[in-house]
Amino acid sequence: MTVQIKTVDITPKRNTFGHIARRLGGDKPASRYQEATLDIQATANFHYKPLWEPQFWVYDTRKTAVVMEDWYKPLDPRQYYYATYNIARANMNQAVERNFTFVEERGLLNKISETARAALARGLLPLRHLHWGGNMNMAEICQRGYGTAITAPAIFSAGDQLGMAQIISRIGLVLDQQTGDSLDAAKQTWLTDPAWQETRKLIEDSFVERDWFQLFVAQTLGVNGVLLGFAYQNAEPAWVDAALPVALLTEFLCDWRAEEARWSDHVIKTVAAESEANKTLISQWANLWIGRATAAAKSLSIALLNDNGAAAEAAGAAVLKKATSLGLAV
Amino acid sequence: MSVKKLGLRQRYEHMTRGLDWETSYQPMDKVFPYDQFEGIKIKDWSAWEDPFRLTMDSYWKFQAEKERKLYAVLDSFAQNNGQTNISDARYINAVKLFLTGISPEEYQAHRGFAFAGRHLRGAGTRVAAQMQSIDELRHLQTQVHTISHYNKFFDGLGEFPHMHDRVWYLSVPKSFFDDARSAGPFEFMIAIGFAFEYLLTNLLFVPFMSGAAYNGDMSTVTFGFSAQSDESRHMTLGIEVIKFLLEQHPDNLPIVQKWVDKWFWRGHRLLGLVAMMMDYMLPKKVMSWKEAWDIYFVEAGGSLFQDLGRYGLKMPKYADIATEEAEHISHQNWAVFYQYTHAAAFHTWMPDAEHLDWLSAKYPNTFDKYYRPRWEMWAKMEKEGKRFYNGALPQLCQCCQIPMAYTEPGDPTTICFRSSKYKDDTYHFCSDGCKDIFDAEPEKFSQAWLPVHQIFQGNCGGPTVPDVLNWYHLNNGVDNMDYVGSPDEKIWNEWHAENTRKAV
Repeated sequence: MTVQIKTVDITPKRNTFGHIARRLGGDKPASRYQEATLDIQATANFHYKPLWEPQFWVYDTRKTAVVMEDWYKPLDPRQYYYATYNIARANMNQAVERNFTFVEERGLLNKISETARAALARGLLPLRHLHWGGNMNMAEICQRGYGTAITAPAIFSAGDQLGMAQIISRIGLVLDQQTGDSLDAAKQTWLTDPAWQETRKLIEDSFVERDWFQLFVAQTLGVNGVLLGFAYQNAEPAWVDAALPVALLTEFLCDWRAEEARWSDHVIKTVAAESEANKTLISQWANLWIGRATAAAKSLSIALLNDNGAAAEAAGAAVLKKATSLGLAV
Repeated sequence: MSVKKLGLRQRYEHMTRGLDWETSYQPMDKVFPYDQFEGIKIKDWSAWEDPFRLTMDSYWKFQAEKERKLYAVLDSFAQNNGQTNISDARYINAVKLFLTGISPEEYQAHRGFAFAGRHLRGAGTRVAAQMQSIDELRHLQTQVHTISHYNKFFDGLGEFPHMHDRVWYLSVPKSFFDDARSAGPFEFMIAIGFAFEYLLTNLLFVPFMSGAAYNGDMSTVTFGFSAQSDESRHMTLGIEVIKFLLEQHPDNLPIVQKWVDKWFWRGHRLLGLVAMMMDYMLPKKVMSWKEAWDIYFVEAGGSLFQDLGRYGLKMPKYADIATEEAEHISHQNWAVFYQYTHAAAFHTWMPDAEHLDWLSAKYPNTFDKYYRPRWEMWAKMEKEGKRFYNGALPQLCQCCQIPMAYTEPGDPTTICFRSSKYKDDTYHFCSDGCKDIFDAEPEKFSQAWLPVHQIFQGNCGGPTVPDVLNWYHLNNGVDNMDYVGSPDEKIWNEWHAENTRKAV
């Protein structure tokens, strides 16, 4: 037996908006992700050319060299819209709060060896600047990209990168007992330590990349794939006796990488599958940026692990392998 | 050993602007290529006061909590057929205007703040702009979800993005935001951050939300309450931007003044649509446009500009004209839509006797003298089966893109025409305010995609009205024309006949 509350049934005239129905192939009930995303960005009859870039409209498919017949093909497998995105991140962040409390209450980062402390100062804390660079790039993809299907997740990702820069900063504040000294030192390391310079050069070069889809490839495969993969997985031995608390405090970042890649891999795969020309271009970009990121990670790998770059190469190889599985010729 | 712990403010600075660095492998001017050409001088970005100190973890937490509550209400509204409990189905026409005219601009604001959030050189400013960017995406998406339920029962909502790119009166808000989006990042921040989100927000966002509250639209008003804390953050950012620019360098004052003048007038013209909504489209009225203008612009705006006077900033040019127009603009706009009801994706009607008396009381200086006689004549013509439609396409203002139906300052019986020559062509304007804006940037405004010109040039589906409506995806005989006799009226009467029968 079931409990049944009787409600008034009013038959709707239609299930969804016209533009959604055309995409679903008929007037069917649509998901909130679909209604919040599909065909939202304006596409026609723009009024004025931008003062700052008069060769394009504000929304213009020519801002990247890859060509899509429909920029609403590369959808988000996570089906994020604002509410589901924020709720997912708020949930992930509850674990962050618990982990910080756990580590701080037990003083787990107070007890670590000087070797570990030095490794974190040199190898982990400067990553906050790399995340900040990621934030700038994802904001750029949001503003410059085409179609809400990609640009909406891009601003979510920009928020994520800022959030992760802040998590790394909090680790610094735990290490320096909330004085901020470790963060000032990390900035100097980022700016001057030879081990970081290739990484910094890579991200600064990405800031001037005007092809937004190339930037997407550089950021997601190069930076998130290789450099963050190296930092949050392959570099773990460098933290020696701090490895466990670091693993706890960077749990968000590891989970995020896996989750973000579900989206960004799907986007790259879909856009590459559109045409041979797209595939060739994206493969070139992937080769370039995975290669540069691997070389940059190598300097870090040598400095932190004294391993002749083996950990960085492992991180690079994993991303190359993934790129092949996405249909790229790398 | 005593350690000096960080205060909240320094801690926040480490979490945001402390992340930024001066690039050296690429020149800063190449990393930030767009923040110089407008002529704004920033001596010291670090003097930027972060208007709200919100780290991402708190942002996610607060916003997720608000979203959980909002969607619970939306679900319950749908489950309980909340659409049957609104004041009257005429109210839905305000919702139509909102979804087709305003929600797409929330999206434009989202992408525009992403532009500012990437391309302004100051890191603190960028973080604030990015948060607004993601908030504006929220507003678009939650509005679509809120109104999605109404779309299941009422007409005129189903093609909002398609219409926004094409329909004649929607080019008014679209060109407004295209203008801001194609400007530089500083002008965008003044146009949208200051003029739109600070100076005029109480005349735009709030009337729609109050209208929802008065008319039993539980879902939209819940969205409004949920967005309120976002909006107050946006207001704080808007005021911080203008103060920061004015404090940074005296050379910024004339540039900022020019933008304030321009965006005030652009905003005033756009708000004419809201004025019409408040005075004519709400079955249960909140207040008249004139009252809202007096409270939110004359009083609140007046004291704001008094405060900004210490930087040398003056009241926007033509503020006096706009205040005079507050007695006319809603009536003149409703007259336009009544005449062109066949080409609009919402319904129109002539006010009934009670509504006419309300208008007389609210507009003692103008309504009985200039507008009541016209409404009474049109109502009489309707009764005689000679409902008045305007068959000619109207001339549009090159700047605001509204049909040239506004009257001369000081003379409400003469239509106001202005014109300018530019590169051998003549351009037409509804007012001195719009003409000045064109004259300052003729290269930009001569590009405008004017709907009527486009129809005549054959770019809008064909030469006849049905061709154009078809191209708009406007369902002729369903989405347009008078409320009386519309499918909206029919479904509403069916629901209520049902209720009455049950009660008996």
